[in-house]
Amino acid sequence: MTAVKVSTKINGDAVDFVCEPDETLLDVLRNRLGLTGAKEGCSTGDCGACSVTIDGRLTCSCLVLGAEAEGHDIGTIEGMAKGEKLHPLQKKFLEHAALQCGICTPGFLVAAKALLDHNPRPTETEVRFALAGNLCRCTGYDKIVRAVMDTAAEMRRA
Amino acid sequence: MAKVIIWSSLKSHTGGEANLEIAAANVKDLLARLGETYPGLQPQLQRGVSVSIDGVIFRDGWLQPLKPDSEVVLLPRMVGG
Amino acid sequence: MPLDNTESQTRKFKVVGTRPIRPDGIDKVTGRARFGADAVAPGMLIGRILRSPHAHAKIKSIDASKALKLEGVKAVVTRDDFPDKTDGDAALYDVLYNVMAREKALYEGHAVAAVAATSASVARQALKLIKVDYEVLPHVTDVDEAMKPSAPVLHAKIFTDGVEPKPKKASNVVRRYEFGHGDVDAGFKKADVIVEQSFKTEATHQGYIEPHACLANVGTDGQGELWVCTQGHFMVRDTCARLLGMDMSKLRVTASEIGGGFGGKTTVFIEPVALALSRKANRPVKVVMSRDEVFKATGPTSSSSIDVKIGCTRDGRIVAGDATLRYQGGAFAGSPVEFGAMTAFAQYDLDNVRAIGYDVVCNRPKQAAYRAPGAPMANFAIESVIEELAHKVGMEPIDFRIKNAAREGTKSSYGPVYGPIGLLATLQKAREHPHFRAPLGKNQGRGMACGFWFNFGGQSCVTLNIGVDGTVGVVTGSPDIGGSRASMCLMTAEELGIPYEKVRSVVTDTGSLGYNDVTDGSRTTFATGMACILAARDAIKKLCARAAQIWGIPEDAVTWDAGFAKPAGGNAGNFPPMSLKEIAAQAASTGGPIAGHHEYSADGAGVSFATHICDSEVDPETGFTKILRYTVLQDAGKAVHPSYVEGQFQGGAVQGIGWALNEEYIYGKDGRLQNAGFLDYRIPVCSDLPMIDTVILEIPNPGHPYGVRGVGETSIVPPLAAVANSVSAAVGVRMCETPISPPKLLAALDRKSGMKKAAE
Repeated sequence: MTAVKVSTKINGDAVDFVCEPDETLLDVLRNRLGLTGAKEGCSTGDCGACSVTIDGRLTCSCLVLGAEAEGHDIGTIEGMAKGEKLHPLQKKFLEHAALQCGICTPGFLVAAKALLDHNPRPTETEVRFALAGNLCRCTGYDKIVRAVMDTAAEMRRA
Repeated sequence: MAKVIIWSSLKSHTGGEANLEIAAANVKDLLARLGETYPGLQPQLQRGVSVSIDGVIFRDGWLQPLKPDSEVVLLPRMVGG
Repeated sequence: MPLDNTESQTRKFKVVGTRPIRPDGIDKVTGRARFGADAVAPGMLIGRILRSPHAHAKIKSIDASKALKLEGVKAVVTRDDFPDKTDGDAALYDVLYNVMAREKALYEGHAVAAVAATSASVARQALKLIKVDYEVLPHVTDVDEAMKPSAPVLHAKIFTDGVEPKPKKASNVVRRYEFGHGDVDAGFKKADVIVEQSFKTEATHQGYIEPHACLANVGTDGQGELWVCTQGHFMVRDTCARLLGMDMSKLRVTASEIGGGFGGKTTVFIEPVALALSRKANRPVKVVMSRDEVFKATGPTSSSSIDVKIGCTRDGRIVAGDATLRYQGGAFAGSPVEFGAMTAFAQYDLDNVRAIGYDVVCNRPKQAAYRAPGAPMANFAIESVIEELAHKVGMEPIDFRIKNAAREGTKSSYGPVYGPIGLLATLQKAREHPHFRAPLGKNQGRGMACGFWFNFGGQSCVTLNIGVDGTVGVVTGSPDIGGSRASMCLMTAEELGIPYEKVRSVVTDTGSLGYNDVTDGSRTTFATGMACILAARDAIKKLCARAAQIWGIPEDAVTWDAGFAKPAGGNAGNFPPMSLKEIAAQAASTGGPIAGHHEYSADGAGVSFATHICDSEVDPETGFTKILRYTVLQDAGKAVHPSYVEGQFQGGAVQGIGWALNEEYIYGKDGRLQNAGFLDYRIPVCSDLPMIDTVILEIPNPGHPYGVRGVGETSIVPPLAAVANSVSAAVGVRMCETPISPPKLLAALDRKSGMKKAAE
């Protein structure tokens, strides 16, 4: 197969890479660009561990081809903190102990940020359904939901 | 003599008796004597056992001392997840 | 090690019991933490495994010649590369056979060969070029079917142990266990009410989000390194070294961060294969499982078939309990049926009790531990019957359980007499809990269950190093699966009397510390935590000795108090207290580095009891069950970091809810797994659940200096029955099979209304 050259933006930075036509965006992020924050949990779009945003829209990067990133803005977990400043979601996840093993955490943070960017006053039900595409096996979701609700409240106060 | 209680399905190796009395200073001795006295128990002992001594479970711990009136319960070797 | 720690009852803790941020937190919320699949090495090859498409087949030959000729393929391994070095260890031989099939493929997904190639795509192509000549054999996947005399036999060497007379024919029944005491037949004669019921549970998977992954690097000098996500890297080292004929000290295993285990990562699957490929190719080899492979070829739980009979008197006192449990452990011996049999009645005070267990093999993947192995299925059966009995004698289920609850001094159903335990406390606390008084509407019902797990101690090593700036490094060998590093730092800080922020906990590799048992059995906060405390006390002895030398007074004239060395009394001398930092700053010139150690096999773990209350609502049109409210009350002994204790309660409960309502292994007639992905193997998602309320009780365990009991496993034990009991209360059908999925519940509801119509 002939390799494809792709020009894209990742977390605001211009990035060029070369990939096979059948490589997923997840493969590219992890294996070519060293951005291992997105995880492969299932490769069929069922677990959300590979969550990224494409032009602000929440997407499973295992369901997108690397070549499809051409000309778009990709957002990954690595871009969530601004230098030393954690995003409020990241802070709240830690305060609420909303992670145990941590493998699903990048996906949840990307998904929760995508939710709050579009809906700053979600109800508990809206949070639960917005995050239904992200699987967690450790926490039972309780502390994750509390962290997101608390973040939304704090961001509204700010 | 320590009182040793084995589980019911091992009774066929001890002539039908679940409550045994074995003289032993520690668990290692106890298990060795059990195996000598009742050779039919040896395969299970080799597969692994845990013991409880007076209500406290020891998963391994061959050198745990036994009092003259200790009650020892033999258990399958503990596994967790 | 004295098992009489009464200080835990009276001590006022400074940092233990608080909720600080975990030390690995920043790494985990920024994507910086490195898990199993996140490592790379220069010159790395990708390894992939060829797996049997058949549930049961003789492997007549394997021809990899075409694969080896493919450009980019650097090594191929098969059973020929795994000579038997198990030296008569039957359990290890089964691990070897499971890691790479030998004479037969025993389940769909059984590893048959593996390749290492320069890319994943070349590796995939290479697998297609390996020719395996299979002779397909009849298969069996159901536990009751596998026990029948007509069932296809997996292993010619299995003759049922524990039955008289000894069988002459090989079968799939490995062993019969029996536990209990008293005389159940005599007991039943005294019963006014008897309930007899049979139950079935289907196999479930631990469902960790991170597939198994490792990176192996073996050199021509026979020295190897392995990066792997595991619950026990020392176990990985020892097992792989033995299987591959390496010296253990020549294999250094590093535990990556681990994305969930729950018992499923307490053994090896791909690791010996990755090492063998690396050794053959003389290059690093990375092997990562796909989700499909995880479901088909790692270690799900047993499926079970259970018969229960319990009798009680009119006033609600149980007079006899009898259970027969049949568990299949996949293609090799070792289902956890004995733990099912031991825990089935553990929560009750019984004069007459018997639990019989059968360990059965069948053509499914070799089971691995899953959080309180064997207990949830047994608890489902017994606690469902208990609820029925309570209703039959007109008692509230909680009062029935309180009346029969095991307590200190009770002879347990599995043999030992209980010391102080928290069952009654959780039941009484549950009884007072507002959840019990919450109103219920139409098609809504409340159920409860109580459950138990032993917990145990095991081997842990801790080295505690004091930096010259007074900060402390705690080196452990227990992979952090749920936030344990925070607890290690809390206990160390508490003991030394320094702030939590001054302690850093590191999980080190197998070359740097003595042997540590796997992170299982709810043992880490108990055993590794206790080792931290004892290592801190060891360091304190040395710090006091230094202070004594600096002051020129005898060692025993110095005590440690809240982070300071102090003269023991007026006679010792009038020296101002010296802080840990001040002593450490002088280390180089007063004898060298100051460190504390502890290496041991911990015992004295305390059992953990729990009571769960579940409210659910059933939609009679669809059979869909919605969990409305769920409360976990569990005894933690002492909650070192309460947020992570709550997390264990909640996580285990939700796994149990998934097991009760949705999760199952579905096999086709061809013996192949039909739902090997997260779409159709449906674990609970965020929108399925309400908040999971938790109540932590603290009945100190005398076997730990702070009273800690393990908590991680007990929480998965009661939910199956709690959910089934709430469904029964909601719509009046007793579901005796898990999962209680919509099609099954709807069918039961239709049968019930059909019977009503017939009766009318």
